[in-house]
Amino acid sequence: MISLAGRDILHSWGKFVLTGVGLGLLIGATLTMAGVYRGMVDDARVLLTNSGADIWVVQKDTQGPYAEASSIRDDVYRGLLGMPGVAQAANVTYLTMQVRHGDTDLRTMVVGFEPGQPGEPGYLVAGRRLLRGHFEAIADVKTGFRLGERIRIRRHDYEVVGLTRRMVSSGGDPMVFIPLKDAQEAQFLKDNDAITADRARTAANPALNRPGVPGLLDAVTASQTINHSVNAVLVKVGAGDTAANVAQEIRRWKHVQAYTREQMEEILIAKLIATSAKQIGMFLVILTVVSAAIVAFIIYTMTLGKIREIAVLKLIGTRNRTIAGMILQQALGLGLIGFIVGKISATLWAPAFPKYVLLETADAMRALVIVMVVCALASTLAIRAALKVDPATAIGG
Amino acid sequence: MDKGIHIEGLSKRYGEGDTAVEALKDVNMSIAPGEVVGLVGPSGSGKTTLLKCLGAVIEPTRGRMTLGGEVIYDSAQGGWKTPDLRALRRDRIGFIFQAPYLIPFLDVTDNVALLPMLAGRANAASRSRALELLQALDVAHRAKAQPSELSGGEQQRVSIARALANQPPVILADEPTAPLDSARALAVVRILNQMASQYQTAIIVVTHDEKIIPTFKRIYHIRDGSTVEEAGEGREIS
Repeated sequence: MISLAGRDILHSWGKFVLTGVGLGLLIGATLTMAGVYRGMVDDARVLLTNSGADIWVVQKDTQGPYAEASSIRDDVYRGLLGMPGVAQAANVTYLTMQVRHGDTDLRTMVVGFEPGQPGEPGYLVAGRRLLRGHFEAIADVKTGFRLGERIRIRRHDYEVVGLTRRMVSSGGDPMVFIPLKDAQEAQFLKDNDAITADRARTAANPALNRPGVPGLLDAVTASQTINHSVNAVLVKVGAGDTAANVAQEIRRWKHVQAYTREQMEEILIAKLIATSAKQIGMFLVILTVVSAAIVAFIIYTMTLGKIREIAVLKLIGTRNRTIAGMILQQALGLGLIGFIVGKISATLWAPAFPKYVLLETADAMRALVIVMVVCALASTLAIRAALKVDPATAIGG
Repeated sequence: MDKGIHIEGLSKRYGEGDTAVEALKDVNMSIAPGEVVGLVGPSGSGKTTLLKCLGAVIEPTRGRMTLGGEVIYDSAQGGWKTPDLRALRRDRIGFIFQAPYLIPFLDVTDNVALLPMLAGRANAASRSRALELLQALDVAHRAKAQPSELSGGEQQRVSIARALANQPPVILADEPTAPLDSARALAVVRILNQMASQYQTAIIVVTHDEKIIPTFKRIYHIRDGSTVEEAGEGREIS
């Protein structure tokens, strides 16, 4: 038996392919939305992996440093280093800010770290690691910075000495790594006018500028300009110890919050991007419904255009299941063309997106199954219409 | 029992009670194998209803129909003899329509070969049968053409080939010459006569067409659901 669906498709392939392309672009948008979500999750995982930490120690009762603000003293790490199971502990700061690059501003996450300690970028794609204590930076390639370029963070210029890749914040902002001390200063550094005004206010405060207490005002002023806070301490656990046990000990004795990798992943994925995930989920549902409606409409219209032929086919003895099969195969064919076009489109345009779009094969396979199921369901309307056709309509009036 | 088609006391009523309409009233017809008869009558006389009953598309109210020597319907014995009317139409009745109604996405050969394929014959055998019929109807040279590439006369010849594809004992032709000019209409009737004779098929031609009515040797006039048989002129077609 010849394939009626195949022949019909070949007969009007132009219309069919164009419809498939239109549907494919919609499926491509759907795949891309799923890819955006996967990209956000992957960014979060990469962020945690690249930090090189087993435990994140942050301010008590906060979910910092990525999901909430966290501030702890920069000497906490010393106490942590003395605890059993802690192999390494290092201060880090995270500050999302605009970095001046030539005539433009670029939104980045500035990370302060200590070279050789957790928090340092895991690998470089160009240049070298930080060797000097100040005014050198390593930037993610997504910033567009080049080796040797000078960028401005707050009031200081930094030379880009290294480039790294896939180092972005959970919000997708590329990272710029600078020495910890510089980053601490940058977090609280004020402009000259503000410093002068603060000093004047302090001097005018009789409690801080007491007659007969020489040096008090200078000490107070000095303390106001030095920042002894960091956002988190990254801890590496020694061999033979589990992160969960060490984190529990830290929480018990140090009056800070300590998160293991799994807990931090939970915060980033289940909480920080939860709203975005729901948003994307809604889009996916809407796009799926729209795709189904389009397939149903197209297949229904194509079937209505063949009512007389269907009546003739039924009159000359074609089984209902042959006619239903023809319509179903056309719907599935349309879905297959749509899926192929969608997958190719999504693959082509994904790199152009400002945020990382991760197109997973498993998602594509799931999408293929969903597309086929949706197309099959969408064809039922047309199949019903075809099966209702009275073969008698082929004869006379 | 003779082959061909025999109808005895066939009636069809639409509706019930006061609104009932007797579309066919005790119709009797008998057409021998190889014979072509005309069925003529004004609009609303019951031609199409008779054709639909003969085509196993609608069920008569009363009567008996015999096709190729087998009873296919007998109201006294429960109606249709087979539950699969679709197979009955496919295997034992050929249809020719007012417009050719060829399947636009199949080429000429497959339009004809589709019926044997639907009946379960192999594709190669079906196409071979189709080509044989196309040859007989002088359209074999258009075997690979799409229906839209054929002239009206060629399309109608292909539809005749399709009707003959499963070698049915009867062909029902519903105004097959309506869209054709005189020459083409007469050519179609000549072909129908040839095919009826060659394949020993009984052919009923429902028509209004004054051009072809004189060519029938026997004509059934139908009026208000009743048929009257009369001898036709049987004029030769040059």
